[in-house]
Amino acid sequence: MKSKFLLLPVVAAIATAVIGCKSGGGDTIKVGEFASLTGKEATFGTSSHEGTLLAVEQINAAGGVLGKKIELLTEDDQTKAGEPANAVNKLISKDGVIAILGEVASSRSLEAAPICQQNKIPMISPASTNPTLTKEGDYVFRVCFNDNFQGGALANFASGTLKAKKVAIFTDVKSDYSKGLAKSFKEKYATSGGQIGVELDFNGGDKDFKGQLTTIKNDAPDAIFLPGYYNDVALICIQAKQLGMNIPIFGGDGWESESLLTIGKEAMEGHYFSTHCSIEQPTPEMTSFVDAYKKRFNGKTPDAMAVLGYDSALVLADAIKRAGKTDGPALRDAIAATKDFSGASGKFSLNADRDAVKALVFIQIKGGKFTYNATVNP
Amino acid sequence: MDWLQQIINGLGLGAIYALIALGYTMVYGVLRFINFAHSDVLMLGAFSSFYIAPKIEKVMGSQSLLGCILVFILAAAICACLGMLIERLAYRPLRNRPKLTVLITAIGVSLLIEFTCQNENVFGASPQPFPKLLPEKSIHFGNVILSSNDLLTVTVTIVLLAAMWLIVQKTRIGTAMRAVSYNQQAALLMGVPVNRIISFTFGLGSALAAVAGILYAIKAPGIEPLMGVQPGLRAFVAAVLGGIGNLPGAVLGGVLLGLLETIAGGIPGLSNYRDAIAFGILILILILKPAGLLGRSSVEKV
Repeated sequence: MKSKFLLLPVVAAIATAVIGCKSGGGDTIKVGEFASLTGKEATFGTSSHEGTLLAVEQINAAGGVLGKKIELLTEDDQTKAGEPANAVNKLISKDGVIAILGEVASSRSLEAAPICQQNKIPMISPASTNPTLTKEGDYVFRVCFNDNFQGGALANFASGTLKAKKVAIFTDVKSDYSKGLAKSFKEKYATSGGQIGVELDFNGGDKDFKGQLTTIKNDAPDAIFLPGYYNDVALICIQAKQLGMNIPIFGGDGWESESLLTIGKEAMEGHYFSTHCSIEQPTPEMTSFVDAYKKRFNGKTPDAMAVLGYDSALVLADAIKRAGKTDGPALRDAIAATKDFSGASGKFSLNADRDAVKALVFIQIKGGKFTYNATVNP
Repeated sequence: MDWLQQIINGLGLGAIYALIALGYTMVYGVLRFINFAHSDVLMLGAFSSFYIAPKIEKVMGSQSLLGCILVFILAAAICACLGMLIERLAYRPLRNRPKLTVLITAIGVSLLIEFTCQNENVFGASPQPFPKLLPEKSIHFGNVILSSNDLLTVTVTIVLLAAMWLIVQKTRIGTAMRAVSYNQQAALLMGVPVNRIISFTFGLGSALAAVAGILYAIKAPGIEPLMGVQPGLRAFVAAVLGGIGNLPGAVLGGVLLGLLETIAGGIPGLSNYRDAIAFGILILILILKPAGLLGRSSVEKV
């Protein structure tokens, strides 16, 4: 009997500690983030995370929201399928976050979205463009355009700027993003009278693409559409060059990374991709973001993923302010009502499908640098 | 012309698989177990040369032939030591245990290396740009293009296959390797230093893996800690296809697999089944001819 009584204060102490933790969370607003901080698409996750972190720090420095500081809890999904579900489950059930920010890659956002939807926790993806993402439910948002728009813009670009009559398509079968973008490109390009050449697939992470590239070469297209991620893209461009192919290769925002240039080097010269924004955009929001980012991260130049990570946190903070509280349904309604938001990436509103309606830009690789080529409005 | 180009592409890839398969098959020949950490030694070979190359470049000038050879030799030496270390620490204590125990340990060693190296303080998980070791040239024959890298890979594979064949068949240590492979206990009784022979085999196999790793990194110049997994699996299939334990068989298997994969990759509709093709072959060969193409069911193998 004695031992039982001895246990009682221990239990009580643990209980107060646990409750104490929970109520300690009361002076901050917990926001969860999941990103690919390691793994083969680590530059995406690192960039978007740094943008998000910068936004949260700025908001807190300005006094926070609803009189409370925002506490950002970040989980690394290691660029691995299966990990986003673990990360988001942990953030929601263990840490008790009020909203989730992430991911850049569509495949991983698609994994997390149903979990957020079920728990009625709003999720804002900074840069996942696969059209099906926001169809997962009314708690899923994004601050970027979707691939129906991007695919259409790329199709116009192929027939307009590149004057390509025949385009070969080279898709990553492992990526929802790649397949989705290829589909919308194909539809738009075919209806505008373009001819689709051979369509081949690769597995993201493969290192040898010469088999496919030889077939593409023999098909003699005017350009290759390559909706992939930067690592694969760099290797494909290198091997295309080795096979003596001199046609333009173009793709979407999955190309956006400095790694594209450090690995692809001169093989990337002259190729194009579409992305969310250019840091050369002359808006005051962009300039002040770029300055703050460079100051915060030792002179590092931000990329589009960093800009969108930043915007995703700002949209959330703005919605919390307008909602005046942090419970799921109220917050959801406030995010859905975002109109004419002036983000660093540009001015945008969220439409009825919870997608941002905004312009995209084309970048060409010239002289080993990303150079701004054109803007396409929605 | 299309086919000729595809055959050249396939040979370039197949030669790398062959080189990796040689290492698998040698260790299997002597110890009768698959060293799954072999593919990670390959990755370590690529990373060794990634760190060595800039230092050599400072002394020898950039992209010199001699410097390139030196990079290969140093990386191979480092990996040979690592291979022997792995054998000493992970496999030797288990030598008299059931083969399954050793196999599971091998998988454990492989995962340990992969995930240690992904740590930001070791190599980090994102790909690193692999330096150019030699100037790259393309040789044109009409429409067909032969890259100097593929030529290099094929030459190195042929030379190393011949060297391995000579070591195993014509030298004292090779005779000892064959003796250990035939019967460890009997070899020990005959005065063969079994431990030293096994150590040597691991060293040799790991040096081969390092060379393959560098060639693979030259082909695809973005290297990361998981780069060995995919070619390692393919080379394992190649070794089984050719007849595991059989040196020419490993090369034949590697080349066949490289060709099949490349040709399948170039056919619309088949291009996303490259992995399925590799493993389909593995299953078929295990059903139809379990000893492999060049293997005979019960004969001494090294």
